[in-house]
Amino acid sequence: MEHLQPAMLEVADLYCRRDDRSLFSGLSFGLRPGQVLLLEGSNGSGKTTLLRILCGFREADGGEIYWSGRPAAESSYFADMAYVGHADGTKKELTVLENLRFALALSQPGQYGIDQALQKVQLSGYDDNPVQSLSAGQKRRLSLARLLITRNILWILDEPFTSLDKQGMELIETLMDDHAKNGGMVILTSHHDLTFPHLSLQRIHLDSCL
Amino acid sequence: MSLIQAFFAIVRRDLLLAFRRRAEMANPLFFFVLVVTLFPLAVGAQPNLLQAMAPGVIWVSALLAALLSLDGLFRSDFDDGSLEQLLLSPHPLSVLVLGKIFAHWLVTGLPLLLVAPLLALFLGLPGQAMPTLWVTLILATPLLSLIGAIGVALTVGLRRGGMILSLLVLPLYVPVLIFASGAVDRAASGLPVSAQINILLAMLLLALVLTPLPTAAALKMSVN
Repeated sequence: MEHLQPAMLEVADLYCRRDDRSLFSGLSFGLRPGQVLLLEGSNGSGKTTLLRILCGFREADGGEIYWSGRPAAESSYFADMAYVGHADGTKKELTVLENLRFALALSQPGQYGIDQALQKVQLSGYDDNPVQSLSAGQKRRLSLARLLITRNILWILDEPFTSLDKQGMELIETLMDDHAKNGGMVILTSHHDLTFPHLSLQRIHLDSCL
Repeated sequence: MSLIQAFFAIVRRDLLLAFRRRAEMANPLFFFVLVVTLFPLAVGAQPNLLQAMAPGVIWVSALLAALLSLDGLFRSDFDDGSLEQLLLSPHPLSVLVLGKIFAHWLVTGLPLLLVAPLLALFLGLPGQAMPTLWVTLILATPLLSLIGAIGVALTVGLRRGGMILSLLVLPLYVPVLIFASGAVDRAASGLPVSAQINILLAMLLLALVLTPLPTAAALKMSVN
């Protein structure tokens, strides 16, 4: 039944070139609320580039992105999306709490409060620790906490599983599952072969999009 | 949250960051004091010569200190991904950038303002030129931060942008230097300075309105 619902995010005929080499072309997909999209591909296949195009950091060499039926630039797309990239986007000299408060000040408050979000990513008790004293996996979970405290519909996650242990990976899976169940959408990349038993997943292989 | 709140959140965060790495932040001020104090030692005990050179020495040192501090404006944000998050904020980037520039001025420009009269006294600048020195510093140090921000935003994505940054920004700093040190010079000889002050004020107001936009555009290009 949900297939009758129009796609909220629609990518039409996207084309990207880098140094005279075509990274991908004719890439089209749609994403409906509640769906999770996994981008797969070998190193250098353009996964990160595609995400950066979706974030508006980079312009595509061709094609369009539509959000609720309108071109992304003319819609509320950039207010509705959140991005966690290779760099965590947190300040290492500031404490966990100061970082999250700042993230909140730049955006609209979301579903969870800061305390709740820290509990969800299993960082409660670290409120006043400077971020540089956290481990790599904890930093990653902190940047995910940012997704929970701000208002957003579409999560764009670039390799969210780097430096996470098995428990951490399960945690992200749960968070994505909750987000999808609440009508959110997730686009993520990974070069691992991932299986999520609880998630219904769309997959795109970028190697086959030439 | 509202735009005003976002603006002050940025200012507060950058001030807090500056406080946490105060050793690094004190560098430009230290440089300023060092250069000005070395001049009398190198030139020798010639009070008249020092007095005549004072406006120029203070202003050149202030300008180089500002140049030295510029790279820190967006560097750490670029390196740790905070800049990407700023770009994704629903608030207009130019206003957020203005917040960063304001915080940068509070950390690097304001201290110069406080020590400069002391150093001017040290060089024997006549007391009648002191208010003018202050006014030119108040008007022109924010101007240096604003103009410099465009250059930093353009070069932050380059691995070794330091040299290009100086080449880009120094020519734009020259008019500021000419009018500011010229005003102090004239004040020292008891001449009216309102023309220079007015021009500096006009440049500051123009820069306040015009520089955040190209800075924001250049930052968008740099994260590409």
